[in-house]
Amino acid sequence: MLKRYLKLSEFKLQWSIFAVLVALFTLFIMGAPRIFLAPDMYYSFMSTIPFMTIMALALTPVIICKEIDLSFPSVMGISAWMFASLSASTGNPTLALIISLITGLLAGLLNGILVVKVGIPSLIVTIGTMFFWKGLVLVFSAAGGITLVPLRGTILFQSLVGRIGGVIPAQALWAVGLAFLFWLILNRHKFGTHIYFTGDNIESARMMGIPVNKVKILVFTQLGFFAAFAGILLDLEMSYYWPTSGEGYLLETIAAVFLGGTSAFGGMGTIFGTFIGCIIIGSLESGIISVGLSGYWTNLIYGLVIVISVSIHSILRRRT
Amino acid sequence: MELKNEKLVRMVNISKYFGEVAALRKENFEVGYNEVVGLIGDNGAGKSTLIKILTGVHPPGKGRIYFQGEEITYHSVERARELGIETVYQERALGEQQALWKNIFMGREMTTHLGFLQVKKAKKETERILKEVIGFTAAGLTPDSIVERLSGGEKQGVAIARALHFKAKLIILDEPTMGLSLSETKKVLNFVKGIKEQGKSCIFITHNIYHVYPVADRFVVLDRGRTVGEFIKKDISLEKLVNKLYLVARTGEISQN
Ligand SMILES: Nc1ncnc2c1ncn2[C@@H]1O[C@H](COP(=O)(O)OP(=O)(O)OP(=O)(O)O)[C@@H](O)[C@H]1O
Ligand SMILES: [Mg+2]
Repeated sequence: MLKRYLKLSEFKLQWSIFAVLVALFTLFIMGAPRIFLAPDMYYSFMSTIPFMTIMALALTPVIICKEIDLSFPSVMGISAWMFASLSASTGNPTLALIISLITGLLAGLLNGILVVKVGIPSLIVTIGTMFFWKGLVLVFSAAGGITLVPLRGTILFQSLVGRIGGVIPAQALWAVGLAFLFWLILNRHKFGTHIYFTGDNIESARMMGIPVNKVKILVFTQLGFFAAFAGILLDLEMSYYWPTSGEGYLLETIAAVFLGGTSAFGGMGTIFGTFIGCIIIGSLESGIISVGLSGYWTNLIYGLVIVISVSIHSILRRRT
Repeated sequence: MELKNEKLVRMVNISKYFGEVAALRKENFEVGYNEVVGLIGDNGAGKSTLIKILTGVHPPGKGRIYFQGEEITYHSVERARELGIETVYQERALGEQQALWKNIFMGREMTTHLGFLQVKKAKKETERILKEVIGFTAAGLTPDSIVERLSGGEKQGVAIARALHFKAKLIILDEPTMGLSLSETKKVLNFVKGIKEQGKSCIFITHNIYHVYPVADRFVVLDRGRTVGEFIKKDISLEKLVNKLYLVARTGEISQN
């Protein structure tokens, strides 16, 4: 009797995604013990996975709101270009950082306004802005890449992508810190509650006085901001700006969020799930190659892991 | 200061169009102090639209709204709540996948100054509401229960408890007995009696005249966006009222005698 009322499925869901992670790493360790029992592989994950993680964290509330954003990798790209070119031309990386973050924020705001005020479905809006920002990057950066080597050793560099204790990448701490912040907002702040209610049933939310339009605009805006932040981190980590930066993040990031149990139907999703989802997606390729399979297997295994996990979520959520 | 013939709510000359559809046509509607008004009418008569204008969900197309004699110029859901209007919507307005305690405080969360939720306090309060207002504790409901898994009656109970919890002057119930069992319906009708006894006012919207007749003081019959009849309970018997309603359904007209 009591059981049918509890939020058990949500706990089960978080455990199940965690179990998938443990199962995968067990396979990796059995298949390539030398690599997966030594710390180097993990330091490497900590340097590469955070870029996607930061965007996935910020994408999670968008999907909880029953919206989608396909433009964030392009926003990452334009912000990365903005940061690189400005810090190269002005020699002031802090200024470049601020302007780049504002650019991302405004790009996110634009998505939000087009969705809420103009009333275009977010899928369509963000396909448009995705091409727009990507196109703008290509026009601007026709000259090619920009080196950022001079920034190495600056405080900015150290605090964003330095190696703490000589080994731990700072971006990993940023990702963990932001995960905590997002958890706090979604679970312990009024704004988070409003995000869940907006995605759950927008008409109900509106009738109960939740400012659903404001919620959606803010949610898109913060994703733009954090996409810019990820772009800056990527610039600094590479010490070089590539016109292709941002590419390849779209599907993996979205997959990580869904893998983590966020529902495409809105109103449901957890930061814990997204975080684990990112680790899974971010470690899969190296794991596959380390255990001796050729890289050709990567996509197939991605597909399997995603379909299986999402099926488990769906079964766990089915009404009893 | 309450003037002798001042009303709690006066809606004057309200018109509302959804595109081409006229949901309300120059409708006048009033609720007195400590009065229970039964708002009756067929599907699509405009009952829900009328109260949604009053609660700030829909902007009124045309017309004026007075609350305690003062005109409400800028209307919104928050404003209606500040004035003391609480509503149980026909759609119930719950977030089905969210916890019960969050639903109770939906849109007006208990928070600190910085907007952080006071989770413990809110859950405790929810527990009290469950026990005292709904009396559902026996069924294994807890503040953490997910609303989706509740029965129809329990969901309605949550929506009603939410409306009763916040100190309101006017409580609006839109089809509160729809889909409820006999005992659940009785509970709802008892809520309405309680509202009256506490000196508050109530708008009770329903198709079911048998539910509203025992608890209401006055009946307003709406048809295609306008009032076609208005009756004080002490002037009309249940049978007569039922006959009038049949007449409206057939002809769209009502004779006032
Ligand atoms: N949001 C809306 N958009 C468009 N049309 C609407 C909307 N809400 C109501 N209507 C229309 O306005 C008219 C009145 O609807 P309303 O919901 O007020 O009726 P009602 O008396 O509450 O009916 P019921 O008893 O079925 O609940 C109907 O024709 C309905 O289709
Ligand atoms: Mg209705």
